[in-house]
Amino acid sequence: MTPDLQSHPRVAPGCRLGENNQQRVLLMPERALRLNGPSLEIVERCDGNRTVQQIITELQQIYSKAEPKKVESDILDYLARLNDQRAIDFE
Amino acid sequence: MSTEISNPLALIAELTHRCPLHCVYCSNPLELQNRASELSTEIWTRVFHEAAELGVMQADLTGGEPLARTDILELIRAARTAGVYVNLITSGMPLDEARLAKLLDAGLDHLQLSFQGAREETANEISGTKAHAQKLRVLEWLKQVRVAVTLNFVIHRNNIDQIEQMLALTESSSATRVEFANVQYYGWAFANRERLLPTRAQLDRSIEILKSAQERLRGKIRIEYVVPDYYAKYPKPCMGGWGRKLMLITPTGEALPCHAAQIIPELRFDNVKDHSLREIWETSAAFQKFRGEDWMQAPCKTCDRREQDFGGCRCQALLLSGDPSATDPVCSLAPTRNKVDAILAAVNNAPPAETLTKPNWLYRINPPSSSALSPSLVVADEN
Repeated sequence: MTPDLQSHPRVAPGCRLGENNQQRVLLMPERALRLNGPSLEIVERCDGNRTVQQIITELQQIYSKAEPKKVESDILDYLARLNDQRAIDFE
Repeated sequence: MSTEISNPLALIAELTHRCPLHCVYCSNPLELQNRASELSTEIWTRVFHEAAELGVMQADLTGGEPLARTDILELIRAARTAGVYVNLITSGMPLDEARLAKLLDAGLDHLQLSFQGAREETANEISGTKAHAQKLRVLEWLKQVRVAVTLNFVIHRNNIDQIEQMLALTESSSATRVEFANVQYYGWAFANRERLLPTRAQLDRSIEILKSAQERLRGKIRIEYVVPDYYAKYPKPCMGGWGRKLMLITPTGEALPCHAAQIIPELRFDNVKDHSLREIWETSAAFQKFRGEDWMQAPCKTCDRREQDFGGCRCQALLLSGDPSATDPVCSLAPTRNKVDAILAAVNNAPPAETLTKPNWLYRINPPSSSALSPSLVVADEN
């Protein structure tokens, strides 16, 4: 499923950022996802206030050397994966 | 020993053996510990801190019924303060709305509610008590709060045909995750094995239903299922490999590499009252015993799959072949696979009437009372 650009992704109940061996992780039921660079930038913005479109725009500014279309499709893929894992909801 | 030791990722904290249920497949040992011998709040607090320092990310607070501990709020706070993710695995019996709110305030991240079936009569028969209606009430309270919820269905011959109803129950709840775990045959379940194993036809149908539900509910509910390994071609990577990822602490403080390890007669376990968690993880004889590959026999020793399944389950090897170092007998390559096949043949060739007859269950008992006056389950006020 492709996320709706106007929806507000939000970290799901019972999922939160933590730290393990000096690395940021997303803690969730029975698992933890290691976050680095872009994946951390994305998850930190899943606050229920920003829209998917806003997150894409902000990341395109941070990664201004990357192809904007590629940044957008990577973010959409990653958000869909997080949703499959029940780590985020679209509100 | 040259094996490189990774750090444990999860700590299974069996806070107590006390439990209001009497499930016929309980994973607790046949010999249960009483309240007086349970670890104190202070020792558990130290254990959670030592676990976090070792790299543990998740603590599973379980039992028995973890809510039977009157200090459960302190224990949740202690684990959360130590920096680990706090899972509570409960029957939901000693719970009301006010207590649930307190658990969340204390820092509970994830509540796993066990179900014995989708129909009241089956569920009550399996748990040996009238528990189902209370669990349905808990599901309603959970809808009003913000917490991760998993429903845990333990699957066996008498409820495997209710999976569609279990899915419907899950969909009507606030759960984002559901586990359909077939009974694994240790402890009380081993004693009831012939009555619990599903038939091949039942198993195949259940897998078909669950696979299609996984597709249908993608993005809504994560569905995980575990098949009975008697039906598998290769063994499960038990506990992710011996002494590789998990550590279990019993109610009295013994540190085990898995739930059932105490049945292996040659193993000696260290207690968290006497040693730090790091010391136990790195040097205890029980954790070293089956770590790595040095202990393996043929065919595991040279098998291409030895880094995937680590030879399977040591406790199952002992229970079925008499030797805890043998290849797990559920493996199709094991010299003792014929023992598993004989059990499957008995289950699958029995006339249908016989598999449907109400079995004579061996119910899990209560732990011995500390004194004649002490009830087996006490729920007191907390602050």
